[in-house]
Amino acid sequence: MAKLTLPERELVEPGHLACQGCGAALAMRLFLKGTGPDTALVIPACCWAVIAGPMPTTCLKVPTAFSAFEATASVASGIKAGLRRTGRGETLVAGFAGDGGTADIGIQALSGAAERNEDMIYVCYDNEAYMNTGIQRSGSTLPGTWTTTTPAGVGKTTPKKDMPAIMAAHAIPYVATLNPSFPEDFVAKVKKAASMHGLRYLHVLADCPTGWKHDPSLMVKVGRLATTSHLWPLYEVVEGAYRVTWEPSNPTPLEEYLKLQGRFAGMSPAEVASLKKMVEERWKALKARTTTGTLATGSSPPSSATVAPVPSAPSPRAPAPASTSKMGPPAISATSRAEAAELPLCYKTAKRCDGSCGMLQPGGLCWELFALGPRHF
Amino acid sequence: MAAELLSGNQAVGEAVRLAKAQVVSAYPITPQTTIVEHLAELIGSRRLAADYITVESEHSAMAACIGASLAGARTFTATSSQGLALMHEMLHWASGQRAPIVMANVNRALAPPWNIWVDHSDSMSQRDTGWIQLYAETNQEALDTVLQAFRVAEDPSIMLPAMVMLDAFVLSHTYMPVELPDARVVDRFLPSFSPVEKLTPGSMQLFGSFSPPNLCFMELRSAMAEAMGRARGLLLRASKEYAELTGRPALGLVEEYRTEGADVVLLAAGSLAATARDAVDLLQNEGKRVGLVRVRAFRPFPEKEVRALGRRFGTLGVLDRAYSYGAGGPIASEVRAALYGLPRPPRVASFILGLGGRDVRPDDLVKLYRRLLRGETPKEEWVGLHAPAGGT
Repeated sequence: MAKLTLPERELVEPGHLACQGCGAALAMRLFLKGTGPDTALVIPACCWAVIAGPMPTTCLKVPTAFSAFEATASVASGIKAGLRRTGRGETLVAGFAGDGGTADIGIQALSGAAERNEDMIYVCYDNEAYMNTGIQRSGSTLPGTWTTTTPAGVGKTTPKKDMPAIMAAHAIPYVATLNPSFPEDFVAKVKKAASMHGLRYLHVLADCPTGWKHDPSLMVKVGRLATTSHLWPLYEVVEGAYRVTWEPSNPTPLEEYLKLQGRFAGMSPAEVASLKKMVEERWKALKARTTTGTLATGSSPPSSATVAPVPSAPSPRAPAPASTSKMGPPAISATSRAEAAELPLCYKTAKRCDGSCGMLQPGGLCWELFALGPRHF
Repeated sequence: MAAELLSGNQAVGEAVRLAKAQVVSAYPITPQTTIVEHLAELIGSRRLAADYITVESEHSAMAACIGASLAGARTFTATSSQGLALMHEMLHWASGQRAPIVMANVNRALAPPWNIWVDHSDSMSQRDTGWIQLYAETNQEALDTVLQAFRVAEDPSIMLPAMVMLDAFVLSHTYMPVELPDARVVDRFLPSFSPVEKLTPGSMQLFGSFSPPNLCFMELRSAMAEAMGRARGLLLRASKEYAELTGRPALGLVEEYRTEGADVVLLAAGSLAATARDAVDLLQNEGKRVGLVRVRAFRPFPEKEVRALGRRFGTLGVLDRAYSYGAGGPIASEVRAALYGLPRPPRVASFILGLGGRDVRPDDLVKLYRRLLRGETPKEEWVGLHAPAGGT
C-alpha cells in the first residue's frame, strides 16, 4: 500500500460552507497543508469569502483578512510590509482569489505586485467563471462554455486567458499549475513555493460541480481528466525554466472531459474541434518550452522532465480506455425521475419539476435552487 | 523649536517622519507628488524607517495601507482628486476594518475637464466613507494636523482612518515658515502604534468576513458611528495636549477670527479662510462688524459649535469650494441642518466659489461681506462666473 506523503495536519476545519464536491475547498485544504500554520491569508470577493463562514465563525485556522474584489495582491503586499515592520516578517502571506478576481478585476494589482516581486504566494483557484455570483463568464472561461452570461446565442468564443503565461512573463521566481486531483504534486508545489521568496504564483484548477453541471461525486475524476487530456497540464516555471511535473503516459480524449459536464453540453462539433485544437496547441507550445532547456536552473532537469514526475508525485495512472466509455453525462436515472414527480414546483417555471431543464441531479437535488441557497448574498 | 521654509507638501512629509510611520504606500498624482517624493527621500536616506510600497494605483495604495495597518503598522498615504476618487471603495474598507490610516489629500478638482487646481469636490465626495476629515489653513497646520490625526485615529476608542486636507498649490507648493516640533516632544505626544487587535499569525482571526442581515452588520456600523462621535472630544484633547507640548495654539473643530461683536460671519474651510482673514481686517478697519469662522473638522461635523454660532450671530455666509448637484454647497447644507430647531435661527447665505482653482481674492470676499451687511442673504449663489448661470 502506498505511503501517505501529505502532511496530516489540517488547517481547514470541518463545517465550511462550500458546495458538495467543491474544488476550491479541497484546494484550500491542500494549500494550507503545504504552507503550514505560520500563514496569513487574504481573500477577496469570491466563493471563499463565503466558504470560511459568517462572522464570527471560520473554518480557517490561520488569520484571514478579507478585502475588495480587485485588492488581493495589494492587501497582501501591505500585510507583508506590516508584519515585517512589526517583527513578524517570517510569516508567509498568501492571497487566495478566484479566476475573476485574478484574471479580470484583480489583474492590475496582481501585475503590480508581481512587478515589485512582493514576497507572497498568490493562489488563483480557477473555476472558470464567476461562480459566487451565479456562474457568469470570466476571462478564464473556456470557449464554448455555457454560463449564465453565455447562454445559447451569446456564447463564449474567445480563448481562455493564459494566466500562468502572463505571470511567467513578469519574470517572477515561481509559477506553477496545480490540480487537487493530483494532491501530492499539489502539495509538493506549495511546499516548494513556500520555501522561496518573492512572488510565487499558483494557478489551481478548482472544479465547481454547481457551475460545471456535474455530479459532485465526480469531482476528482473530472479533475484527473482535465490533466490527462492535456487541458490542464501540470507544470512549473522556476526562474523562467519550464518543467512538466506530471505527464499522462496515455492521454485521454478531450471529449471524455467535456461530456461529463453540463456546461459543455451545448458545444457544436466544430466548437469541440476548435477547443481541442487550442488545447493541443497550448500543450505543444508548453512542451516546446520545456524541451529547450536553456533556461533550466537548480534541480530541474530540463530534457528528462517531461516524463519524470516530481519525487512525491503519484505514479501516472491514466484511466483505462475500457472504463472511459462508462463516463457519460450524469444521466437522470428512472428512480430519480420518479422522485422528481414528487418534487415541488419549479421556482422558475412554476410547473412541477420534470428534470427536463437538466438541472435536476440524481437524488432529486436541483442545482439551480442549490446554487441560490447560501450563495446569493 | 526650529522654523524652516517648507512647502505644504514638505510639511506633510516632515510630519510623517516625525510620526515615524512604518509603512507608506502611495501613487503619484499632481499636486500630491512632492509628498511621495519627499517620503521616498526620507526613507532612502534612512531618516524614516519605513517600508515604501510603490503600487500601481491609488486603489492599491489604499489596499496596501489597509493590509499594513491590520498587521499593526503605523501607515500613511497621500493622494489627490482622481486618486481619492479611485480609492473610494477602499476608503470604506479602511474604516470598516477599523484601520487607522492617516492620509494627506491635496484638494484638487475632479475632471472633466482636466483641472489640477484647488477645490474641495474630491474630499467632499468622500464625506460618508467613515473617515475623519480635517482641513488645514496653513503649512504649519498641515504638519500639526497630520500628527494630531495619527493620535486621534489610533486611539483605542476611535480606530478610524483620518484624512488631512491641504489646498492644491495654494498650500501644497507654496513655501511658508514652519516650526518643526522636537522629535522627542512628538514621541511623547504620539507613542508607537500598539493596537488592541492586530493580525496575529497562528490565530483564527477574521477581518471583514461576511455578516448576513441579522448577525452583526448594523452593530458594527453603529460602533463606527459612536467612534466618530467620540472623535470630536478626542480631537479637542489632542489639539490641547499638542499645544501644551509644542507651545503652538490649540485648535478647535472650528476656529474663530475677530468675531467679537460681529453681526456677520463667513464660514470657510482650507486656505479660503486665510483670504477671508484679509477681508475681515480690511472691513474692521472701516469699523464694520464682521468676522470669520473656519471649519477645521468636517467629519466629525462640529454640530455643537455651529449651533453656538447660530445663537450668537444674525447672519452666516457659508463659502463652499465644492458642490453637491441637486442639493447645494456641502458645508452650507450641513450648517443649515445643524441650525435646525434653534428658536431664532440666523439667516444663512450660501456661496459657491473657487471651483477648479478659480481665483478668490480678498476683494471678492469684501464684496460678499458688504452684501451680507446690507441684508442680502442668497439661498445659493455662484460667485465669479463669467456668464450668468443658465446662459450660454
